[in-house]
Amino acid sequence: MSKKEKATAGSNKIQRRPFVKELLQQRDGALVIPGLGSATWDCFAAGDSPEYLYSWGGMGLALSTALGLALARPDKRVLCLTGDGELMMGIGSLAVVADQAPKNLAILVLDNEHFGETGRQTGLTGQKTDLPAVARGFGIANTFVATSNEDLPALAKLLFHTPGPSLAVAKIALSEDPWALPEKDGAAIARRFQVALGVAKP
Amino acid sequence: MTAAKQVTHDWSSDVFEAMKARSISTVCTIPDGGLTRLLNLVKGDGEIRLVTLTTEEEGIGLSTGLWLGGKRSLVAMQSSGVGNCINAVGYPLTLRAPLLMLVTMRGQWGEFNPWQVPMGQGTRTVLETMGVKCFPVDKAEEVGEVFEAAAGMAFNGNQSAAVLVSQRIIGAKGFGQK
Repeated sequence: MSKKEKATAGSNKIQRRPFVKELLQQRDGALVIPGLGSATWDCFAAGDSPEYLYSWGGMGLALSTALGLALARPDKRVLCLTGDGELMMGIGSLAVVADQAPKNLAILVLDNEHFGETGRQTGLTGQKTDLPAVARGFGIANTFVATSNEDLPALAKLLFHTPGPSLAVAKIALSEDPWALPEKDGAAIARRFQVALGVAKP
Repeated sequence: MTAAKQVTHDWSSDVFEAMKARSISTVCTIPDGGLTRLLNLVKGDGEIRLVTLTTEEEGIGLSTGLWLGGKRSLVAMQSSGVGNCINAVGYPLTLRAPLLMLVTMRGQWGEFNPWQVPMGQGTRTVLETMGVKCFPVDKAEEVGEVFEAAAGMAFNGNQSAAVLVSQRIIGAKGFGQK
C-alpha cells in the first residue's frame, strides 16, 4: 500500500485554514456541503459564498445531505467537506454513497483525530481506524491521503475533476484558529443556496 | 377473522399514484414488511429512484439535500426507525426544508413482539415533540387521501409531515402463535 492510501498516526501537520482556502480557490463551481463547526468556519474564513451550505448542527448528516444534492443535480460537482468525528457519526452513509455511485460527489475529511469543537477530546481516527480503508471497504474505490500542502494539486484534481465518488483525508493539525462565524439562520442559508442554484427565486 | 384478512384495499397503489402526481422522484428507505408492496411498485417504476439506507436518519439528510437541489422525496420506514431520526428531524425544520415521512406502525395493534412496543407506542409523541405534523390513519381506503394532504403540507408549506399507517391496516405478525 502506498503512502497516499494509508493515513499514519502522527502525520497530521497541515494547517487547516490556508489549506482549505487554497483548495476552495480551485473548486471550479463545485457546491460545498460543510459539516458543522470547524469545517463550516473554514469555508467562511476562506471567503463567503452562497454555494456553501453552512452548518451549525445536525452532526452526522453532512454526507447524506451532500449525496441528496449530488443526486438532484448531476450537472454540478458536490464536495462534502467535513471533520473526522462528523463523518464517523454517519459512517454508514459511505455504503449508501457507494451504492448510488454519483460521479459528481467527492468527500474530504479534515482529520485532526479529535473532537475539536467540544474541547479537543480524542477521537477515533488517530490509531486504529483507517478512514480510506474504511471507504474502500464500503465500496468507494478512489481514496487519497493528503499530508502536506504539496498534495493540494492532486487533491483538487481528485475532488473537482475526477469521476467519483471519492474520499480523501487531509491530516490536519489540532490547531487554534480565529473565530470565523457565518450566518446561523438555517432558513436564510438554505434560501441563499437555492437562489444561487436557481432552484428558488431571489 | 384475523387482522391480516381484513386488508382488502390496495393503499400502496394509492400512495404510489399520489407520489407520481406530486412529482416525488426519490424514495429513501429502510424497508418494513408493511412497505413491501409500495417499494416493489417504486422498484418496478424505473423513474422513481430508490435509495436504501443504513439508518433512517440518513433519509432526513438525503431528503434535505434533494430539496436543496430542487427535488421532492419521501422517507419511508417502520415506526422503530423514527427513534433513529430524532435529532435529524430538527435539521429540515431549521433549514425550513420540507420533510415527508411514511411510517408503517408496529407495537400498536395486536403486536406479538414486545420488543416493538416501546418505540411503536412512542412514535407519534416523539415526532410531535420534535415538531413533525402527524397524520395517523387506520383505514386502508383513507391512506392515499391522507398521504396527499401530508404531501401538500410538506411541499407547499415547507413543513415536516408524517403519515402513520396503523398496524390495524398492515396486520400484526403472529409467528405462528395464536
